[in-house]
Amino acid sequence: MIVSPVIRAENLTKVYGDLTAVNGISFEVPRGESFGLLGPNGAGKSTAMKMIASVSSRTSGFLEVLGLDPNTDGPAIRSQLGVVPQEDNLDQELRVAENLISYGRFFGMSRAEATARATELLEFAQLTDRAKAKVEPLSGGMKRRLTIARSLMNDPQMLLLDEPTTGLDPQARHVLWDRLFRLKERGTTLILTTHYMDEAEQLCDRLIVVDQGAIMAEGSPAQLIREHSTREVLEVRYGSANNAVVAPQIADIGDRQEVLPDRILIYSDNGERDLAELTKRGHHPTTSLVRRSSLEDVFLRLTGRSLVE
Amino acid sequence: MTSVAKIREDSAKLRRWGWWYVTELRLREMRGYISYVVTSSIGNPIVYLLALGVGLANLVPQGIEGVPYLVYVAPAMLMSTILSVGAEEGMYPVLSGFKWHKVFFAIHATPISPGQIVGGFLFHLMLRFTFTAGLFFAAIVAFGAVPNSTGWLVIPISILGAYAIMTPLAAYAAGLEDDSGQFALIQRLVVMPMFLFSGTFFPISQIPDWLEWIAWVSPLWHASQLGRVASYGMSEPIWMTVTHLGVLIAFSIVGAILMHRAFVKRLTK
Repeated sequence: MIVSPVIRAENLTKVYGDLTAVNGISFEVPRGESFGLLGPNGAGKSTAMKMIASVSSRTSGFLEVLGLDPNTDGPAIRSQLGVVPQEDNLDQELRVAENLISYGRFFGMSRAEATARATELLEFAQLTDRAKAKVEPLSGGMKRRLTIARSLMNDPQMLLLDEPTTGLDPQARHVLWDRLFRLKERGTTLILTTHYMDEAEQLCDRLIVVDQGAIMAEGSPAQLIREHSTREVLEVRYGSANNAVVAPQIADIGDRQEVLPDRILIYSDNGERDLAELTKRGHHPTTSLVRRSSLEDVFLRLTGRSLVE
Repeated sequence: MTSVAKIREDSAKLRRWGWWYVTELRLREMRGYISYVVTSSIGNPIVYLLALGVGLANLVPQGIEGVPYLVYVAPAMLMSTILSVGAEEGMYPVLSGFKWHKVFFAIHATPISPGQIVGGFLFHLMLRFTFTAGLFFAAIVAFGAVPNSTGWLVIPISILGAYAIMTPLAAYAAGLEDDSGQFALIQRLVVMPMFLFSGTFFPISQIPDWLEWIAWVSPLWHASQLGRVASYGMSEPIWMTVTHLGVLIAFSIVGAILMHRAFVKRLTK
């Protein structure tokens, strides 16, 4: 049996007045995949996400979600989706468990069904002891987990997460990633936007790099790094006043160089060797670091800009 | 695997009942501030009736239009109370649903359509208006201010009047990006003058002709006059009664259409 993709987008475009937020993007997502849209703020990721979530209509192009057209079958598509928006929109008037139960009702669940499901999901979100608590005093991480629990009430075929860990502290992020990873293992299709490269590397099987509404590259994190960067990166700092002065003198070291205001990045397959060469030539950096290439480097290569600016 | 046909079929039930789930949510939310609703619904009429109906009535011993002052003023006070609840519900709760708590966006991420959100919101308000109007009506009956058996009609009239004022305000609120004083301004420059010049405490024939138009464009005046016809059989030409009813219906329908349009626009941007 041929399994049709859960999302098919061709030349998908969204225009707001003079602004083209999404500019003719095309991609497909097969069932069960964890698919990411990586890009800086304002790249058009959230707009693309709203169109997939079938709440915002496209200006032009083709879009099919779960085999249906969002323009004509919006409610039917939404009945199969779980949505975690960028900003928490929990109901502050309701208690933690009630937030889940009343949300379940919007999917036609009976009160008993919704209550049973809410109990399960509070467990999953590690919020069982907060079931009767008010929403407002919860920590950012707890609110996020509650929002994710809410999005799972209808046992969705596909979960859409818009910047799921923005604004969370490192510990809370890891707890959240762990939960998302479990969903992925269960075969839930995850679609997420992020501007954190580590998040994309952790969670995405495949991703598109988006900038100014257009797709810059597509592939698995490893593939993108292989295609657009080197294996290792040597980061050296000579002080913000000196970086630009030193850079031309060491331009022949490594395969490629990026000069940023605060540091110089030297791309090659052997960072330690390059560092030794620098030292040999008498260019002793104030600080140095050899690391593996990341999606950040891919983005820098593709756009000439950093992801988080 | 769930087929396309199955997905469509499953969402059919929601197309029928979606509005009710929204009402249910609003009622559940109301539990948080139910004491305010109950206290104000009971307190309001008693304070009004004592201060105006009983206190002020002593200054007008001859009554107005052939009935005691309390009988004259009671249906209009009920209208003014329910319509101000309507005005209140049309402003902050609507903007909050889009701007601060974003509950409308959360609902719209489910199979519920903007139309169902509007429907559920309006139906919940009907229950809210009925509750408050019912208590007010019981109070004026207890004070002996409702001579006619058709008096209970003031309850549906007040609901219609509340929709007439609430829906256009909700349409406006749904289009606002932020509240930078607009609501306070509406309260002072639209709602307050309307309450003062709508023949609540005295007939509009007492106000200068050049100000009478305020009453004509005010849902409150039309609701109050209708209330008086129902409550004590105030005599007016039938075409006038029909006009009052027509104005309230027109305000409500046009308001609801604009409200729906504003909700669709905001939710599907």
